[in-house]
Amino acid sequence: MEIKHTALAGTLESSDVQITLSEGKGISIDLDSQVEKQFGKQIKKVVTDLLAKYDISDVKVHVVDKGALDCTIKARLIAAIQRATDTQNEQNWGVLG
Amino acid sequence: MLNKVNREIPDEILKDKNYKPFETTEIGDPETTYVAHKVKVSQGNDKLVDSIPDVIAKVGLKDGMTISFHHHFREGDFVFNMVMQEIIDEGFKDLTLAPSSLTNVMNDMVIKAIKAGTVTHITSSGMRGSLGDFISHGGLKDPVVLRSHGNRARSIENGDIKIDVAFLGVPNSDAVGNANAIKGDAVFGSMGYSLMDAKYADKVVLLTDTIMPYPNTPASVKQTQVDYVVKVSKVGDPEKIGSGATRFTKDPKELKIAKTVNQVITHSPYFKNGFSFQTGSGGAALAVSRYLRESMIDKNIKASFALGGITKPTVDLLEEGLVNKILDVQDFDKGAAASMANNENQQEIDSSWYADPYNKGAAVNQLGVCILSALEIDTKFNVNVMTGSDGVLRGAIGGHQDAANAKLTIISAPLVRGRIATVVPDVTTVVTPGDSIDVLVTEVGIAINPRRKDLIEALKDVPGVPVYTIEELQKRAEAIVGKPEKLEFTDRPVALIEYRDGSLIDTVYQVKD
Repeated sequence: MEIKHTALAGTLESSDVQITLSEGKGISIDLDSQVEKQFGKQIKKVVTDLLAKYDISDVKVHVVDKGALDCTIKARLIAAIQRATDTQNEQNWGVLG
Repeated sequence: MLNKVNREIPDEILKDKNYKPFETTEIGDPETTYVAHKVKVSQGNDKLVDSIPDVIAKVGLKDGMTISFHHHFREGDFVFNMVMQEIIDEGFKDLTLAPSSLTNVMNDMVIKAIKAGTVTHITSSGMRGSLGDFISHGGLKDPVVLRSHGNRARSIENGDIKIDVAFLGVPNSDAVGNANAIKGDAVFGSMGYSLMDAKYADKVVLLTDTIMPYPNTPASVKQTQVDYVVKVSKVGDPEKIGSGATRFTKDPKELKIAKTVNQVITHSPYFKNGFSFQTGSGGAALAVSRYLRESMIDKNIKASFALGGITKPTVDLLEEGLVNKILDVQDFDKGAAASMANNENQQEIDSSWYADPYNKGAAVNQLGVCILSALEIDTKFNVNVMTGSDGVLRGAIGGHQDAANAKLTIISAPLVRGRIATVVPDVTTVVTPGDSIDVLVTEVGIAINPRRKDLIEALKDVPGVPVYTIEELQKRAEAIVGKPEKLEFTDRPVALIEYRDGSLIDTVYQVKD
């Protein structure tokens, strides 16, 4: 899928994550997290795995993490993807499973 | 070598600094000798000094000396920054800083003093914020020595900490040095920790904004101990000394934990007439006081004393007649500080009386129930209250190691905080050994130290309080947050954690970025 425009999901509240997607060449992830030392790799893995499921290969990802769990990161990323690809009304049920 | 809590203690530190590795929580009955201090005889008539530069000259401060302060003004302290700035400006070098603890308001000044070469050694109860960060990134060459309040008292008595000059801020004093902390603008209640400095420092300087007529009683610090009294414009900001009116937490997780802590207490064999407790500060601890009050009224049980750092809810229990006495080493809020002036049963105690392992019996040895917090607790029940999950110094030992010797020591902590597990396989830093911890209370249930078969029996059928092994709670936390990667440290020690008997329980290393 193709990123059509910049979109964002999530907040900067504790235990949440704010993810901004914008157009880019290849996948680049810019991570800002209080728990980067302990969970940086894991957070990036969750992001890249989910992008692969949506077949997105060109995107700039800006992640501002406030200690979110994996399920939260996934939910925010799905919301950002749908907004950035204008597919809010077309759930990808296979990915959600 | 590995010590008894399985921490690798570098041999060169044991040798160079003459440390013994931590062995046991049992203190036994060793014999010790207290050191004496110098006394410059005075008739007491010319103690009043106009300025900090004058008093620094009069006490004969020299490079290489040890200076001390107290942290009773907490985040409202003006005295530390005033005095340190002058000492830096006058170009003193190589001082040892030995305060009872360091609060955030002192951080920038300590960093400045280190960068200027004024301070080259530090011993404290803890440090946090920018200073913790600075030290954890290798800002000070010599490792900081971290001691509990009881251990600081022990170290002052036996000379491990030899204070040359104590600079003690007080809300009031007369011109000869009789002072207390219950009158004046900047009251903080008990002078607990600073009483050791007043008793053992070679030179004792009081700094105050309120000079009282002689004799100023009740006198916590006495004229016989004081060399000079300095009048300054303001010693502290009353708004920041203690939190204002105590608000009970509304956080459902903290309330659940507090309720469970109360159930553990009331179903333990220690909940009977004449029991005693220490709750400390913090949301859950305050809520415990409220639940405990209801249970005490229901069961018609009264406590003989409450101990330690005191809050208004504890004072309320005293005034209601549910607690007979308060043994008060410090006050966490205005209500507790103010009530010291009115309640004769709120007894000020010094940190030796409170928690010193090497005297003829401290109050913690009489303590029944103690509720403590934790940044981390591991499957051996070892507790960390010093380093964050990123390995950076951000806490204080306080009375943790000391009060943990209560008959029933409860750690109250959430299973996870954000993405960080509280219950872990191994704590980052061991501060209080698992041998002194009895029960862990989390929002999902409790774990009991396997050594306490009596408590396992007493607490097995408490309604709504599921009992797990601590390994089960650790797995449960890990299932929520995932498995963190191991923190990386350099091999350079930045802080040494002493156990309360002065042995070395753990080493904190510089973090790798």
